[in-house]
Amino acid sequence: MSNMLLITLLLGLMAIAYQLGLVRSKGVAATTSGTGVKMHSRPTYHAMLVALWVGVPAALIFAVWSLFQPGIIESMVLAQLPPEMMPATENDVRILLRRIHNLSGGFGLIEEAAAYELNAARYMAELRSISQMLMIALMASVAATALVWTRKRIHPLLRARNQVEQAVRVLLVACSAVAILTTIGIVLSMIGEAMRFFSFVSPMDFFFGTTWNPRFSTVGTDGQTGFGMLPLLWGTMMIALIALAVAVPVGLMAAIFLSEYASDRVRAVAKPIIEVLAGIPTIVYGFFALITVGPFLANFGASLGLEIRATSAITAGLVMGIMIIPFISSLSDDIITQVPKSLRDGSLGLGATKSETIRKVVLPAALPGIVGAILLAASRAIGETMIVVLAAGNSPVLTANPFEAVSTMTVTIVNQLTGDLDFASPQSLVAFALGLTLFVITLLLNVVALVIVRKYREQYE
Amino acid sequence: MGQPSMNTLKVTLPESADSQALPQGNIKMSARDVKVFYGASEALHGINMDIYENEVVAFIGPSGCGKSTFLRCLNRMNDTIDSARVTGKVTLDDQDIYDPSLDVVQLRAQVGMVFQKPNPFPKSIFENIAYGPRLHGLVDNKTDLEEIVESSLRRAGLWNEVKDRLDAPGTGLSGGQQQRLCIARAIAVSPEVILMDEPCSALDPIATTIIEELIDELKGSYTIAIVTHNMQQAARVSDRTAFFHLGNLVELSATREIFTNPQDTRTEDYITGRFG
Ligand SMILES: Nc1ncnc2c1ncn2[C@@H]1O[C@H](COP(=O)(O)OP(=O)(O)OP(=O)(O)O)[C@@H](O)[C@H]1O
Ligand SMILES: [Mg+2]
Repeated sequence: MSNMLLITLLLGLMAIAYQLGLVRSKGVAATTSGTGVKMHSRPTYHAMLVALWVGVPAALIFAVWSLFQPGIIESMVLAQLPPEMMPATENDVRILLRRIHNLSGGFGLIEEAAAYELNAARYMAELRSISQMLMIALMASVAATALVWTRKRIHPLLRARNQVEQAVRVLLVACSAVAILTTIGIVLSMIGEAMRFFSFVSPMDFFFGTTWNPRFSTVGTDGQTGFGMLPLLWGTMMIALIALAVAVPVGLMAAIFLSEYASDRVRAVAKPIIEVLAGIPTIVYGFFALITVGPFLANFGASLGLEIRATSAITAGLVMGIMIIPFISSLSDDIITQVPKSLRDGSLGLGATKSETIRKVVLPAALPGIVGAILLAASRAIGETMIVVLAAGNSPVLTANPFEAVSTMTVTIVNQLTGDLDFASPQSLVAFALGLTLFVITLLLNVVALVIVRKYREQYE
Repeated sequence: MGQPSMNTLKVTLPESADSQALPQGNIKMSARDVKVFYGASEALHGINMDIYENEVVAFIGPSGCGKSTFLRCLNRMNDTIDSARVTGKVTLDDQDIYDPSLDVVQLRAQVGMVFQKPNPFPKSIFENIAYGPRLHGLVDNKTDLEEIVESSLRRAGLWNEVKDRLDAPGTGLSGGQQQRLCIARAIAVSPEVILMDEPCSALDPIATTIIEELIDELKGSYTIAIVTHNMQQAARVSDRTAFFHLGNLVELSATREIFTNPQDTRTEDYITGRFG
């Protein structure tokens, strides 16, 4: 029986249990009428409680069973293999199991199956069907017991409503736990892979090395070289700084205009239009940079006698700056609008002009929030990939010249993980170390930004 | 000033208001046929009023009758509301303040304002007071500035409480202290008229008493117009009281007159609590 079908059946069973519970609790309610005893909970709550008791334990059994079944079956299959056929390395065991799996599932194999493999496959299929039947039997009996027991226990004094509320709480907690655990899982796996990388390359060389040139080192030898992260970090920072240099003044002025000078009508139109900038896919920005901005800058540089490469830090930074303008303008606009009118009135009432009021009262009051907005935009810029892949030139060298090609951490991750590669080699594992570093940087920026923004909010609560 | 008598409904009048003599000094400000429109709706229907030098005039009336609107006409704060339009004539020392050639910055330095909710800037106490003088270039060295800050805080009765923490943020003071800080901030630019829009409505009775005593002291040097919902307060602090109703100035006379012998039935209904 397929799992889909099983789940559908279970849901059906819950619906039936609900109906049974409803009928029963209405019956109970009818007997109490006139006796002075009042039902604590309405019949629907009793019915829901019955359905939950029928569905949830059975579903838990199903989940736990599905989690452990494959592992247990595999170890049982391996245990009955003829000892001389047992592969030596872990990798080969995995390959053998894969083959047995496919055989038992009725799929073909590339090579002819050996007799012992066929035996094992047959055994595996047998185990699986036994296990499946056991599970269904268990689920059915638990559900049935629960149905009988809970239906019988319906009583005017049973606090079904509170118990259902409790169940809803648990469900909500479980859902948030999924999100949190996933994050933790991703981080842990990144840390794990990064640790494997650091078994090849010392952290000192990685974090403080100034040469990035890992392609030419031979796999498997000791003393991997060319894994210095600094050129990438520098490239990332340079592009992010150029982007901020573009976006902060423009975004801030736009925010001031929107919040202080624009009429409501203009604001209602202009703000969404600016925000559209944030919705443009970054790949579009990327080829815009590559095809339009890069050549334009190169020509422009040539006319000034400057040598500007078409794909360079300045190209990527400029376009990225345009991309993050809305982050700054929109957030800052919200924050500036939040500065209470009473402060403006106070300043105007003392004879300050509008622009004096903005400069001396509104902006200082909004400053923490604006800094938060800038940090958020910065973390966005640092994590941005597509624009730099296309427009930064991919040249991992330490240079202070923004007109040269550079490379960033994100670009390098893409490079190291594309193409034909061995996922156990430092060449690809380095992507995890870079990813982790990037994650820590953006996380810190975000945390600092959020703390600042929150602090600011409290001030005017 | 008499103690606030919160438990009596009837307004008690302080002895000082007993004298029938009204401050018949020079006319400081006057309004002639002032109308204010918010968009198309007319909020004030032609107000005529004279305010004398060094008097305290209180504006009372039910909510929404236009007290704040009229007060804001006196230093053109209505300019900051996009939909508001003012017609008629308002003068300060016989000079039309709505004259296009008049500098509104200058006007607001002469006619200061204190708001309902204390609104100190999120700066230090010192910077809060120094804001106005810096703006108008009243001082050119630090000692002068410090002098102004100190004297303003002293006049507002706040100096002793804050002299050791002038660098602390103004927003960290208590509500009553914040309001006195705002008064000090207004005084620092040496205005001639101070407008106060319900300056005590966010304060507790003790802080209110302190502000009321402060107003009494200030009226020696400034002309004060104060909006209040508290009729006890109007009776305690003001020389004359103006009663507004539905955008009209119904009655304006000596505070004692208004409270003991109102000429208009609407005034009488309001002060005896029959509406409002
Ligand atoms: N910014 C504004 N836009 C439109 N209408 C306004 C505005 N401010 C005030 N009004 C209207 O003008 C009228 C007078 O308002 P105003 O604030 O002067 O009343 P008030 O006497 O000060 O009332 P309160 O005692 O509640 O402060 C009211 O009807 C009000 O709705
Ligand atoms: Mg008002």
